[in-house]
Amino acid sequence: MTGRPWDSFKNFLFIAPAVTIFSVFYIYPFIELLRLSLLQWPGIGPQIFVGLQNFRELIDDKVWWDSMGHAGYITLIALTFQNALAFALALACDREIRLKRFYRLVFFIPPVLSEVVVGMIWNWTLNGGTQDGRQIGFLNYCLVQSGLPNLVHGWLSDPKTVLPCIAIVHAWKGFGWGFILLLAGLQTIDRQLYEAARVDGAGSWRTFWHVTLPMMLPVITVVVILTILGSMQVFVLILSLVNQGLVYHTDVPVTRILVSMTGTNQFGYACAQAVIFGAILIAVSFVLLKVSNIIKRA
Amino acid sequence: MKSVAGLLCCLLLIAAAGCSRPAKPANQIEVWHWMTDRQDALETLARRYEAKTGIKVKLDLFAPSDAYTQKVIAAAQADVLPDVYGILDKKDILASFIKAGYVADLTAAFNADNGAWASSLFAKAIDVNRFVPGNAEGIAPGIYGVPLDIGSEQLIYNRHLLKKAGITKAPATFPEWLAAVDALRRVGIAPFVSGFGELWLIDCFASNYAFNIMGEAKVLATFRGTVSYTDPDWIRVFGVFAALRDRGAFIDGIVTKGNKVAEQDFALERAAFAFNGAWSVNVYKLMNPGLNYGVAPLPALNPAAPMVSWGGAESSFVINKASANKDKAVAFVKWLTAREQQAFLSAQVNNLPVNRQAMADIPENLAAFAKAMESSTHPKVWPVSEDALVREAFLKGIQGIIIGETSPEAVARAVQQVKDRQMKKVKH
Amino acid sequence: MRSFRNRHIVEAAAKNVLVHVFLMAVTVACLFPVFWMVRSSLMTNATIFTDQALFPRELHWHNYLEAWTKGNFAVYFLNSIVYTVCVVSGIVLVASLAAFAFSRLRFPGRNVIFYVFVAAMMIPLPGSFVPMFVMMNKLHLTNTRLGYILCMINVGLSLSILILKTFFDKMPTDLEDAARIDGCSRLQVWWHVALPLARPALAVIVIYNALNVWNEYILASLLLNDKSLMPLQKGLMVFNGTYQVDYPVLMAGLTMTALPIMVVYLILQRHIAKALFSGAFIG
Repeated sequence: MTGRPWDSFKNFLFIAPAVTIFSVFYIYPFIELLRLSLLQWPGIGPQIFVGLQNFRELIDDKVWWDSMGHAGYITLIALTFQNALAFALALACDREIRLKRFYRLVFFIPPVLSEVVVGMIWNWTLNGGTQDGRQIGFLNYCLVQSGLPNLVHGWLSDPKTVLPCIAIVHAWKGFGWGFILLLAGLQTIDRQLYEAARVDGAGSWRTFWHVTLPMMLPVITVVVILTILGSMQVFVLILSLVNQGLVYHTDVPVTRILVSMTGTNQFGYACAQAVIFGAILIAVSFVLLKVSNIIKRA
Repeated sequence: MKSVAGLLCCLLLIAAAGCSRPAKPANQIEVWHWMTDRQDALETLARRYEAKTGIKVKLDLFAPSDAYTQKVIAAAQADVLPDVYGILDKKDILASFIKAGYVADLTAAFNADNGAWASSLFAKAIDVNRFVPGNAEGIAPGIYGVPLDIGSEQLIYNRHLLKKAGITKAPATFPEWLAAVDALRRVGIAPFVSGFGELWLIDCFASNYAFNIMGEAKVLATFRGTVSYTDPDWIRVFGVFAALRDRGAFIDGIVTKGNKVAEQDFALERAAFAFNGAWSVNVYKLMNPGLNYGVAPLPALNPAAPMVSWGGAESSFVINKASANKDKAVAFVKWLTAREQQAFLSAQVNNLPVNRQAMADIPENLAAFAKAMESSTHPKVWPVSEDALVREAFLKGIQGIIIGETSPEAVARAVQQVKDRQMKKVKH
Repeated sequence: MRSFRNRHIVEAAAKNVLVHVFLMAVTVACLFPVFWMVRSSLMTNATIFTDQALFPRELHWHNYLEAWTKGNFAVYFLNSIVYTVCVVSGIVLVASLAAFAFSRLRFPGRNVIFYVFVAAMMIPLPGSFVPMFVMMNKLHLTNTRLGYILCMINVGLSLSILILKTFFDKMPTDLEDAARIDGCSRLQVWWHVALPLARPALAVIVIYNALNVWNEYILASLLLNDKSLMPLQKGLMVFNGTYQVDYPVLMAGLTMTALPIMVVYLILQRHIAKALFSGAFIG
């Protein structure tokens, strides 16, 4: 048997194992998820079909949309601060400098650390209390020692500062991944391009703009998408820093889904939340992919 | 290509090794529990039981409790629940499990031999798993679970820190407490710490004052919907938190503190008062053996009425109705509630034993917690419970009061709004 | 002329110093938690939060022994290694085949299926635990190693395919075309040409998935019952009790858990460097 159909079939075989696993472990639970989102169900017992009522309730749920905003804020910080840091570090480590391997190992430590340790350390660092006149929290202690006692603050207890703190801790924990990906991308750029640019007399900024960035565009797109996904879905870190939350100020979509599942026993509602959340993320990612394609062609 | 083939062989081997499921032996009961601190103690007891009766007890631990609950629900759906397990959720979830046929009715076992088993345990502990006639969930009256231990939440005070502020005895009334708070603030000691990052502790604290201010009948009437949350008595309950906040009683960050961190804070003498349960005795012993502290009920707002703490079964097991080894399972759990085993468990983890006689064997400092059991209640013994969404609004509203974002009146209105919405839903 | 050259040298040196200061600052922020973790693991419950000294006076090495024995680490360690190796190899195999196909081969529905994979990353499935468990039970895969491995392969699949396809797209096709002209089948092109060239990307997905599997806990407690099948994170749970936390032993356990993955990362880093040196000189 020869010809295009047989060729196509053989090509399809390449993705067959992936598609099989995916269908069994994702597609089926996902269809169940869609089905459950149309029910009112506490997790056990009778399942009552309520149609789109869960979704209608969700649209009016102010806490839910606020939580989306919080996740968006954390994502924004991650996209700018975290990725800029990762890129700067990757650039620094790409050159032939000493201790390169040491740095590359060290920057990978925050992602490896368990949330337990991260939560404990940052809780201690950002603690706003005092004992016997001394500041308990490390940050406040340093501020007092360096002569800035009026900057002392209840970092995790003030609604105004708690979200920025969470965003910074998240960025600190996550920049290692961006660093690895960007470094890998930088290292696959043909060195001859750099040579050619140097011969042409281009300075470091021109080289960066005309050689590095264009070659890195696909990797940067992946990093951006991954940052958005990872930051929008953050929740373990929040639980370890502020437990069930500072009223509603630290809620993000995934914590709200967890509350619906285990706190208020509204399984169907939780599934509806998951569906809406996923739909929004998909829309955002596709917009990004399209934008990146347009830039690539330009 | 060779390494790919080797890899595939590896995977197939694992597949083969992993696929075979051992058949369930007849002389074995399977127990799923979540009590991390008691794993060692339970395993010791399981070995003793096997030596005594020849029945093997397979103990599997799944923690934290959220993961445990998910596992139980998933197993219920797939019909693979073990012989003995626990339902860590509210009473209506227990009711759903009963209706689905996964929980055995143990009334007969409790009442056998003229109620020998039932009278050996504290009535309040048994009531947590009991459904009374005419209950809201429509379950046939009876006892559906076995309590393993009891506990209550009390006010704990650091004698040393109080003396530094010039206070010689624990406050008995709310005004006395506020005065103590003022004295502590004057000497720069944080007055009060508790794990208010875990909403249930706020619930317990607020419930104490609700019962003290308006009595059980009115509280339950509110749950039924006949009394509004904007009633002055409820405003007084919210006002307790506002008063404490205004006097600066709450330690910084109390609203995001987990209970374990709160225990650390009290053990390290960072605060003079704490609100916690009997198990904290063990934590304090571990972290600061020299801590000089006492235990008392929360200071009453209404001196004429008692302070009613939450007390009752801390942990309970249910028996799977669909299990083939039901009788053996019941026998094992009954053995766990006997005096000797209860004394052993209590010595290990410092929760109070559910067996009456074992109470005589408990360490000294737990006695105060035990005394509080006399005037205690528990949400699971109330004939009606509050809707989960209303409860969330209630507790989060109190958090808002504590951090100074909102007022008691505003919270009362917000909670009543949610209550009205939920009541409308139930009607149809 | 001389001053101009001197200025350049000084400029370059200053830039070098700045870069190193920057790197060092970030390094301290990253290393401090590790230092704190190790320091805490050598203390006792009574001193762990009260002792402000940077270096503990007495070193309680027995915490490590206690973590190993009480946490049943031997069994859990072995399980974690088995799971990590199997899942990562599985993902590398399946994802690289699929990514290669998405990038280089043509078949109907190629783009649609790829977008479905990417979309799958975006929908969190916390509510899917229950239906997944029911289905796994019907397939007799609960409480088996294979079931857990397959489930974890699925978890990392979408992301790995996305990363690999991105790298495959970037790679020039001349080597592959040459191989095809020489008569290699598609599979051979994949194995002999595409995979070696994509080593940095492969290293990334290896370390990413290895870390995920190594730290995974929720799916393991859902799908597995028997203690003999549980991974490392289960062992740590013993110290993070409902009522009591044995902090020093927990820290010791966490340190022991973090070490292997760092070693794997170190090894991979060396591999990338080796691969690139040879890769840079092939056209």
